[in-house]
Amino acid sequence: MSVNLLGAVDLAAAGGDGGGFHSPEPAEFYQPLIGHGDWAFTRPMLLLLISVVILAWWLVATTRKAAVVPGKGQWVTEGFYNFVRNDVARDIIGSRDFLRFVPLLFALFTTILLNNLFGVIPPFQFATFGRIAFPIALTLIVFIWYHAVGIRTKGGWNYLKSMIPSGLPKPIYVLIIPLELLTYFVTRPLTLALRLFGNMFAGHMLLLLFITGGEYMLIHGGPVLKVAGVGSFVMGFVLTAFEALVEVLQAYIFTLLAATYIAGSLADEH
Amino acid sequence: MSGNIAILGYGLSAIGPGIGIGLIFAAFINGVARQPEARGVLQGIAILGFALAEALAIFGLVLAFVFK
Repeated sequence: MSVNLLGAVDLAAAGGDGGGFHSPEPAEFYQPLIGHGDWAFTRPMLLLLISVVILAWWLVATTRKAAVVPGKGQWVTEGFYNFVRNDVARDIIGSRDFLRFVPLLFALFTTILLNNLFGVIPPFQFATFGRIAFPIALTLIVFIWYHAVGIRTKGGWNYLKSMIPSGLPKPIYVLIIPLELLTYFVTRPLTLALRLFGNMFAGHMLLLLFITGGEYMLIHGGPVLKVAGVGSFVMGFVLTAFEALVEVLQAYIFTLLAATYIAGSLADEH
Repeated sequence: MSGNIAILGYGLSAIGPGIGIGLIFAAFINGVARQPEARGVLQGIAILGFALAEALAIFGLVLAFVFK
């Protein structure tokens, strides 16, 4: 579709990519650094490694000389840790056996938070969870974990039985059993991974679109498009702030849902 | 008329989550209006509901790009 604005340039000139605007595409998310093809060492891999190093250094450095009256670094780390431990783990899993899962939930929360924030911090500016493999890896961990917890506390057959509510008329079971199995084994991990991936992918794409589009309109556009280009940059600025909020939120949601699934596996009733 | 039907699909899929998120936050505002002290408790639930409803809109956006 071509757009004509009072004598401005045709944005989608003659079939899209010829001499006109090159809109961002999903294929651009594949950015190999060393090598090429399936086994390349890509930019998100490098960012994940950097985030692990940063997290390890930060957590060790701030808790090394743990004082009763905390210094600044220790206070920040304690803030995050208390948030995950109290507001997420204890409130959802219950105060009896939540301590076992706090390391997992804390690791998930901090990893996702730092990697998401890489999407808006200038030297990096690529959310590593915008490539589907990374959320899949985290979801696999959570998936195996909550099934293993259920099987270990209840025993294999009882765990499967606990997925299905009891006391229903027999014909409904034919409907409910496949539905519940689908939920537990397919829908939950799928939506968990896709939610994180989709938010990061869409956010990065939006930022790319507004900023490259704004730059194109400013430089190659007619007078009216130049104004639109400025507007596009302003939208890019607003969306960066919004993107930071969404990133923190998605880290929290992932951790919250992981805790909810674990709590569901541990629960005695259905 | 040329264009992309995937984007049309995304537009259609965004109707549901839009209404859903509106309902969630309408309930949140109502709850806080009736009882301002409950704001802390309701805020967590509102944010959780928002993220879950938004997930469907996000699926639509992602798949619109993937199936271009």
